[in-house]
Amino acid sequence: MRSNQQAPVSLKIAAAAGLLFLHLPILLIFVYAFTTEEKSYQWPPPGFTLKWFAVTWGRPDVWAALKLSLQVASISTVIAMLLGTLCAAAVSRSKFFGRETISLLVILPIALPGIITGIALRSAFSLAEIPFSMWTIILGHATFCVVVIYNNAVARFRRSSASLIDASMDLGADGFQTFRYVILPNVGTALLAGGMLAFALSFDEVIVTTFTAGQQTTLPIWMLEELVRPRQRPVTNVVAMVVVLVTFLPILGAYYMTRDGDRVDGQAR
Amino acid sequence: MTISVQFSGVCRFYGDVKAVDTVDLSIQEGEFFAMLGPSGSGKTTCLRLIAGFEQPSAGHIEIFGETAELVPPYRRHVNTVFQDYALFPHLNILDNVAYGLMIRGIKKAERYAEAEQALDLVQLPGYGARKPSELSGGQRQRVALARALVNKPRVLLLDEPLGALDLKLREQMQDELKSLQKVLGITFIFVTHDQGEALSMADRIAIFNQGKVVQVGSPEDIYQRPDTRFVADFVGSSNVIPADFADKTNTAGQWASLRPEAVRLVDSGGRTAVVISRSYLGAMTRLVLDINGIRLNALSPSNQALPADGEQIQVDWDSADVRLMDSST
Repeated sequence: MRSNQQAPVSLKIAAAAGLLFLHLPILLIFVYAFTTEEKSYQWPPPGFTLKWFAVTWGRPDVWAALKLSLQVASISTVIAMLLGTLCAAAVSRSKFFGRETISLLVILPIALPGIITGIALRSAFSLAEIPFSMWTIILGHATFCVVVIYNNAVARFRRSSASLIDASMDLGADGFQTFRYVILPNVGTALLAGGMLAFALSFDEVIVTTFTAGQQTTLPIWMLEELVRPRQRPVTNVVAMVVVLVTFLPILGAYYMTRDGDRVDGQAR
Repeated sequence: MTISVQFSGVCRFYGDVKAVDTVDLSIQEGEFFAMLGPSGSGKTTCLRLIAGFEQPSAGHIEIFGETAELVPPYRRHVNTVFQDYALFPHLNILDNVAYGLMIRGIKKAERYAEAEQALDLVQLPGYGARKPSELSGGQRQRVALARALVNKPRVLLLDEPLGALDLKLREQMQDELKSLQKVLGITFIFVTHDQGEALSMADRIAIFNQGKVVQVGSPEDIYQRPDTRFVADFVGSSNVIPADFADKTNTAGQWASLRPEAVRLVDSGGRTAVVISRSYLGAMTRLVLDINGIRLNALSPSNQALPADGEQIQVDWDSADVRLMDSST
């Protein structure tokens, strides 16, 4: 219902205050990326400079952490997309013994506190004598990424009728064509949304990472370490700003893509 | 006459459940064939066996003389109109109808032209740009029909296609399907649990009960001359009465059927009956009668003088209208 009445002033102020509370701290992060003061977060900043961008550019540790984070997030998202979609398809398409249990077990890791998942994985890795590496981080992240994909996909599978696959086969499409022209367009947007969420979750994950990483430093771990160091503090802010901008763009893009989702027709066009 | 679909001793078991039990059928080319039966009687499973979604556990299926077993659904010249229509929600109507042609690699302009023609055929011209969700149930049903017919199947399977429509629309679609089948001249195999639908549309009807075909025949055969009690009960509202009661010359222990409209009110010389209730059905009125403890339905034209409830009357019927039945089922 759309009302033509004006909202009361008090409500407007409350709404503005709420939005400011949410977004002002982020703006502060941006401002500190340009400050001339490098040892403490002094307000107001004594001066503004662009030199921290050059400094950040020249820091190999930033590049290494960024590269590792991107690798971990993409690989664990891909693994989660494969496993999560298959699992969702199985649970929603067929009936078998223990189906509800499997559904619960898949969702459980996201309900567990990250610290439990972390400790459990760490002791499991040492029991099995698996050396810590990028792959142990990826395994840790995949546990919660799978849940996100699974939840998105299972909801979409349940909404789309099973006879669609029969109909496609009936009209002459083999298994691959049915997947390409019917299943994928129907679950595609759900997978995209789930994949983005999984990527974002993995990209800024700290707790599970601290337990499953050896000497490797992902970007959020690097930031955490950097905060206790009194030198070149604004470099952290520059990195934070770049991360915000870089993650914001795909989210914006995906928003426009899924908003148009009704018309994603799986046809060559 | 070419046989389009031939079932020889076809069975389909799910564990211990015999969904289809030793079915023999031959369906002629160009025939409007109905499979009629209560839910769970195996008629839909038979349809899915023809479409190729199910494989027979035993027996043999031929479609136009070719063995159908192990031929996947996408290689059969058979198309289906699904009960829930199964339109692709992500495609518009034109792309839905053109789907089969797109799969076969037919060029865009050509397949869209054919899809438009198919939409004309089902009286939905100009609906191509809409989405399935923007159409009514009856319109979706027509789209499902167009989507199947555009592939020029040799056999069209229809799984309770009118089940979700309201009465008026259902009657209209019955007429349209019937005339469409005449125009196209292809085999229609139609699954329904509605005996009125089967009787009014089909050239021949197979009655299913518990996985078996209990009778195959023309609508007149099925209606006038049911072979078994089940058929008499299921198709319409026939009276099932002891044979020796229906006609004194019959032996006791058998059952006979008697159509309600065959029961006449007479002035004298008939059997004495008490009117238990009457219901006005428009042109006809249904009388429920009691003759020495046996219930009998009678249909009488409403324009004649009808007895009141509780009144004693005389009724009679011709022995030719009594149909003796197989007592086993």
